[in-house]
Amino acid sequence: MIKTYITGIVLGVAGVIAALNFVPLVDQHREVSVISVTPNGGNSESFQVNIPMDRIMVGDQDSKSPKPPGIAWPESSMLDGSRTELFKLRNSRNTVIGVASRLAANNDKLGSVVEWVVHLPARGSMYISLAPEAADGGRSGEMRAGTREFDSLIGTVSERWIADTTGAADAPAGRIELVATFVSNKPIDQEESVE
Amino acid sequence: MRFLIALILGIVTGAAAAIGFLYYNPITSQVALSPLSVSDQHQFSLNYSAVADHAIVYTNNGESRMHPHPAKVLQLWEAPIRQTEALVTLLRDARNQPAGFGIKFSSRSERTRLLSGEALVDSVWYVFLPDQGTMLIAQSENYWNFLRDIVVPAQWGTGNGWKGSWHGTITNGPGALGTARVYGGSGAFLGLESEAIESLTAKAYSVELGPVAMDGQLTIELPRRDDELENSTANSVSP
Repeated sequence: MIKTYITGIVLGVAGVIAALNFVPLVDQHREVSVISVTPNGGNSESFQVNIPMDRIMVGDQDSKSPKPPGIAWPESSMLDGSRTELFKLRNSRNTVIGVASRLAANNDKLGSVVEWVVHLPARGSMYISLAPEAADGGRSGEMRAGTREFDSLIGTVSERWIADTTGAADAPAGRIELVATFVSNKPIDQEESVE
Repeated sequence: MRFLIALILGIVTGAAAAIGFLYYNPITSQVALSPLSVSDQHQFSLNYSAVADHAIVYTNNGESRMHPHPAKVLQLWEAPIRQTEALVTLLRDARNQPAGFGIKFSSRSERTRLLSGEALVDSVWYVFLPDQGTMLIAQSENYWNFLRDIVVPAQWGTGNGWKGSWHGTITNGPGALGTARVYGGSGAFLGLESEAIESLTAKAYSVELGPVAMDGQLTIELPRRDDELENSTANSVSP
């Protein structure tokens, strides 16, 4: 019987090790990425934010309708001229796939700054810097840095406001559209050698 | 029947021994010393309260121990973001003066392996310092020591919580020395690429509310301007 007990101990130890090794403790839900190939090479992906339903926060000292209700935005003069927003982020199929922040700031020391941080839990994050001046109904800029899936990519990003024209009762007022176009930051011969 | 009981008792004993070994395994302890402590570069630190109620905005899926703040903030309940938290908090400098604010997005990492003492979280900080500039800090964090030293004792203890003094570095990558990557965005930080670490100092933890007395600190390394110049010169002449 003692042999059976010792066998049980070995099985118990092995079971715990196997479970911890093979059963994933974290399994992030993934939506299928909606990516298109651009004519000149690289990939393009579109993200959107429905306004106002996807807005988590507006941090603005002049805001007449602060969001969320009860927010205590710091009343500091150093934040004058800045507006910070937090959003849920959707793919082009209107499914929430991540969260994002947008900062628009204008002060003497920094000048004008418009920056986004896009965080897609299953894929990685992007740090986007846009030109402060709007042109052709939107802004364009570049991805300054990326993590995980976006770590090996460089590219451009455009931001555009698209007002809703359906007039439906439950329709958003409009949406912010972000279109990112990426290429690999690795030289072609290096990519081929990896393959 | 006796053999079956012996086998089951053995399995339970073995499983308990394995879990106990993992929990008390000294090899998986993280080094308390900051990887930046041996650096001779200029550093600055930004401090924040890691208590949800002290944040400007904190939100998660609404089912976690830490409750969203303010109460009516939109919750992250959709499947792709259910394991994600968003924090907006005031950042203070070393003299405890407001220096700006930070936005932190963090998600549980699929690379988590408790077998090797890794309870990982992938996170990014967006830091806005109105007098200096903006930057992104990208990191993976390891909460194994925090779970082992605070959360589990709080859960098992009779006091419905934990009190004490705990300090630890939670950043464990992606830098080779376990540091976070820093990317400057604007102002004085424009073009900056550097390293940082995040550490936590906890004094009280509640089973119902999560951290009730805990501060966080971001320590960011700033390369000297002459070092940057040397690097850029070296890059420009390399083939």
